Amino acid sequence: MRLNDIVQFAFHAMQGYRTRTYLMLLAMAIGVASVVLLTSLGEGARLYVTQQFSSLGTNLLIILPGRSETTGGAPPMMGETPRDLTLQDVQAMQRSRHIRQLAPIVVGAAPVSYRQLEREVMILGSTASLLPVRQLTLSRGQFLPELEITRAYPVCVLGYTLYKELFGIASPLGEWIRVNEYRCRVIGVLDEEGMSLGMDMGDVLIMPVASAQTLFNVNSVFRVLIEARGADVMEKAKQDVLETIRARHDGEDDITVLSQDALLSTFDRIFSALTYSLGGIAAISLLVAGIMIMNVMLVAVAQRTSEIGLLKALGSPRQQILMLFLTESAFLSIIGAMFGLLIGLGGNWVLQQYFPDFPFQAPNWALWAAVGVAVTTGLVFGLLPARRAAELDPVQALSGQS
Amino acid sequence: MIKLNHISRTFKVGDELVHGLDDVSLEIQDGDYLSIMGPSGSGKSTLLNVLGLLDRPDAGDYFLNGDNVTQLTELEQARVRREKIGFVFQTFHLVPRLTAAENIALPLTLAGVDHDERDQRVQDVLAALNLTDRSHHRPDQLSGGQRQRVAIARAVVTKPVLLLADEPTGNLDHASGIDVINILEQLNEQGITLLLVTHDTELGRRASRIIHMVDGKVLP
Repeated sequence: MRLNDIVQFAFHAMQGYRTRTYLMLLAMAIGVASVVLLTSLGEGARLYVTQQFSSLGTNLLIILPGRSETTGGAPPMMGETPRDLTLQDVQAMQRSRHIRQLAPIVVGAAPVSYRQLEREVMILGSTASLLPVRQLTLSRGQFLPELEITRAYPVCVLGYTLYKELFGIASPLGEWIRVNEYRCRVIGVLDEEGMSLGMDMGDVLIMPVASAQTLFNVNSVFRVLIEARGADVMEKAKQDVLETIRARHDGEDDITVLSQDALLSTFDRIFSALTYSLGGIAAISLLVAGIMIMNVMLVAVAQRTSEIGLLKALGSPRQQILMLFLTESAFLSIIGAMFGLLIGLGGNWVLQQYFPDFPFQAPNWALWAAVGVAVTTGLVFGLLPARRAAELDPVQALSGQS
Repeated sequence: MIKLNHISRTFKVGDELVHGLDDVSLEIQDGDYLSIMGPSGSGKSTLLNVLGLLDRPDAGDYFLNGDNVTQLTELEQARVRREKIGFVFQTFHLVPRLTAAENIALPLTLAGVDHDERDQRVQDVLAALNLTDRSHHRPDQLSGGQRQRVAIARAVVTKPVLLLADEPTGNLDHASGIDVINILEQLNEQGITLLLVTHDTELGRRASRIIHMVDGKVLP
C-alpha cells in the first residue's frame, strides 16, 4: 500500500467517525496546551525574576548587615545584635581598587507634600552613584550631586509617578517640596520606570543618603550596592569588602555579601526546576489523553470489526492493518498536538495582553517535548488497539465478531 | 484448476467437536460454475472460507493452479487472496464512508496499484456493471442491488481467477437477485471460476455443477 493511500485511508476513517475524532483531538489538544501554558508560566517567572535582578545593574554585589548564623545554646549575658553598616564603613569599602563605584541605600516611607497635595511614598537615601549602579535614567533635570557621602543636602529627585501626582504637567525643577518635616528642592525626575524587585521606581523620592539618615533618625544604611570593576574581579571585590568590614568590626564577619550572578544562577535553577515540574504535571494530561486514545481506538476496532475482516479478505496482511490503525492514532495525536500548540500559544498571547510585564514564553524544549510526548503517547497507546485489529480472525471479523 | 484433497476442519463448540468439513475432496476446473447447496451448518460457508484462504484446514491439501496453498505463510496467503480470489458477501461489506468508486478501488489500493492504473480499472468495471453514474455515491445512497453490484465490481477489479459468492442474493429482492446472478454468470462466461453458495434451489440449478453438502461432507 502506498504511503499517500495509507494517509488518505486514515483521514477517511477520522472523517467517518467525527465525534470520536473530535473527542480525541480535544483530549490531545488540552494536554499539549496545558504543557505549553504551564511551562510558559514557569519560564515566564524565571525570566521575570532574572530580568529583575539583571536590571539592578552589572557586576553587582549587594551588602546586607548581619549574616546567617546557627543560634542556640546558653543565651549571652549581654544582648547581642548585628553591628550596623555605617557610612564610614561604606567610605572604607570604597578604597578597594576592585570596586568601581558603590551606592549606600537608606530606605523609609514618608509623606511627601507640595502645596495642598500629599502622597505617602518610599524614600531612598543614596548617592550620585545610584544612577549608574542601578542603571536608572532621568526624564528631566539632574540626579543627586557628587557630594561628600556624609553631607546632608536639601535636594531630591522624584519618581515619574510621584512627579505626575504632585505637579501634573508643570515643571517641578527648582520647586521646594516637603518630606515629613524636612524640605528639599526638586532637581530631577526619573524616567518612567517599572517595578524593580517589588519596588515601584515611579513612586519614590531619592535624596542624599545623609539627608535620609537625618530624616529617619538613623545612623546605619539598609544596603550597599557595589559595582565591581569587572566580572573577573567580583570575587576580589567581595574579599576586599569582607576584609574591610572584618577590620572595622573587631574581626567579625557580620555582613552578608550577595553577588548578582549567584542570585541569578540560584533563581535560574529554582525556576528552571519549577518549569520542569509544571511541564511534568501537565504531561500527565497527555498521558490521560493517550489512555483516552487507546480506549476510543479499542471501541473503533470493535465498531469496525467487519471492515477489518473485509480488508483481510481483500488481501491485507496483518502488518498493513497494524500500520493503518497506527497511522490513524499518529494523525490524531499530531493534529491534536498542533491544535494544542495553537491553543497554548494563543493562550500565551492573551495572557501577555493582560499581564504585559510578565514575560509569558513557553521554552522551545517544552514545545518540542509536548508534541513529541503527544505523538509518542498516541503511538504507544494506539499500538494495543492496532494489534488487536491486526490479530482478528478474518472469518469471525467478517461476521462482526471480535 | 482447484483441487482439494481430504480437507478437514473441526471447530470446538463448548465441549463438543463439530466437523465443519469432514474429509472433503473436490476438483474444480478453470471456468467452472459451481453452486454449493445444503442446509444450515452443513459446511458450505466453511468450504468457501477454506477455498478463499480465510480459514486454514486442520488436515488435507488445497492446490490452486498447482500450488499447495495450505502450506503458505499468512503473508503469502494474503497475497494469493489479493491477486487470485474475489469475494462477494451476502451483506455486501461495503465501507460506509467510502464512495462506490473508492470501495471498488479498495483492493487495488491495498495492493499498492498506481493511482492512474487504479482509476482506469475502476472506471472500466464501473462501466461494465452500469455503475458509472453511481460512482460518487456512498453505500447508504445506493439500493441493495446497486450495493451488491458495487461489491461484485470490487471483487473483480483485481481480475481474479476464482470468484466466491456467499449467498449473494440473500439480502435482495427477486428482481435484484436475478440481476446479480446474471452479472455473476456473465463474469463466469468471461472465464472466471464461480462458486456460489446458496439456499435457493432455483438459483443453484443454474450452475453447471451442483455440490450438495451435509454435516461437512460432500455428497456423491
